[in-house]
Amino acid sequence: MIELQLHKNLHGAGAALRLEFDLRVERHSLCALTGPSGAGKTTLLRMLAGLSDPDGGRIVVDGVIWFDAARGVKLPARQRSIGYVFQDYALFPNMSVLQNIAYGAVRGEAAWVDELLALTGLDGLQHRLPATLSGGQKQRVALARALARRPALLLLDEPLSALDAEWRAQLQATLATLHERCGLTTLLVSHDVGEVFRLARRVLVLEEGRIVKDGTPAEVFLKSRASGQLNLRAQVLAMRREDVVIILSLLVGSEIVDVIATEDDIDGMAVGDFVAISAKAFSPLIFR
Amino acid sequence: MNIDLQPLLLSFVLATVTTIILLIIGVPLACWIAYTRTRAKPVIEALVSMPLVLPPSVLGFYLLLAFSPQRAFGQWVEQWLNVRLVFSFTGLVIGSVIFSLPFMVQPIQSALQNLPRSLLEASRTLGKPDYVTLWRVLLPNIKPALLAGIVLSFAHTVGEFGVVLMIGGNIPGLTKVASIAIYDEVESLNYAAANFYALVLSVVSFAILLFVYVTNRRWGRAA
Repeated sequence: MIELQLHKNLHGAGAALRLEFDLRVERHSLCALTGPSGAGKTTLLRMLAGLSDPDGGRIVVDGVIWFDAARGVKLPARQRSIGYVFQDYALFPNMSVLQNIAYGAVRGEAAWVDELLALTGLDGLQHRLPATLSGGQKQRVALARALARRPALLLLDEPLSALDAEWRAQLQATLATLHERCGLTTLLVSHDVGEVFRLARRVLVLEEGRIVKDGTPAEVFLKSRASGQLNLRAQVLAMRREDVVIILSLLVGSEIVDVIATEDDIDGMAVGDFVAISAKAFSPLIFR
Repeated sequence: MNIDLQPLLLSFVLATVTTIILLIIGVPLACWIAYTRTRAKPVIEALVSMPLVLPPSVLGFYLLLAFSPQRAFGQWVEQWLNVRLVFSFTGLVIGSVIFSLPFMVQPIQSALQNLPRSLLEASRTLGKPDYVTLWRVLLPNIKPALLAGIVLSFAHTVGEFGVVLMIGGNIPGLTKVASIAIYDEVESLNYAAANFYALVLSVVSFAILLFVYVTNRRWGRAA
């Protein structure tokens, strides 16, 4: 069980931001953090890890006080039982894959290092240097290294954001396996709704330094959005007139779609504008 | 032609000793400056870099005053450690260490500051104390800067003149290093000997720098 009440003033780009979190996370749960950038997600992870100092509050993990401003307790990062996966991976460039992972392990845990290599599918790459690996491979090394010291708490800062869809799916599966296998409590920062649905039982939405929504992915995402309408954000690529209607070519995600618009719809609209399109969603065709 | 090799030997011994001492104190100092958040950081940086802009004779003059047995510091050292700093090899070493300090500290400090901070943080979250991080993660990743620091300190010590002249004087076999010997030989119109010393210093300097650039190129390719 993680219990935390923290506050911190951030003076980042633009206006100052006050972070205030009050949160309990069950043991062995996988909890996703989402929200716009600059909402304080990374700072929350960093404060848990002991890499940033809160201005006040306390952090108690499984009954052990990690931070308590009132009592002047502050456990340094190296004494906290955590695995942290950084956004930029932070692999040690001078060490091979095997050495990177073994660096985090306790002496005499060679068998565990081998098991991690197997679980993350890195056995064939163990003597390679990080500079020669692809993004997905680096990510798996970072994950394996974070687990090498058998932490109680795994913190992942947007670990999959830089990867393409195929790698993502693979790594999500690996992550789910490792979460179960190691009995971890995991906090995952993610912007990907699909990822959150797939991995997390609980999701916290952060906005401007506060937790504004807290619930299962279905509660958080579907209640606010499921309205019988499909809402999409699109960019106007072209407009052309055909007889009495106007055809708009729109970019939705990576797909291009032609829709029919009226004179009123395109009033004041220019190529390159972003628009919202919505459609009734009561008779969709669903494929696997 | 009968040329005394002792000044050359003395120069290289002095440079070697100075470089070793600088490695021992320069690496921790560079780390401290690179990662400290104290407000005194600019003051410390300015003090370390002073020898870069100060005329060597100024530094030599102050060291001469400080080392003099008539003054508090020199007297204290002579009484308690039984070492005379002025016009002695020990004094030369201390002067050279101060004079070459920025050449060791600056490359290492800037290389550390250019490393992603997440490397240090990752090592901390993996349960390692900072000295382990320094030895196994940070230093191996700034090898070119370490090499540059070592070589520049060495070469700079071989080439120093003003400080040595002020606090060491010109005692054969004790403080008469190659750069002083050149000056000495020219003054007594012995151009052949001066030429010899000058040539050796030029060739050695070129060889050292060539070695640095070749090695850096090789490391650059490997990375």
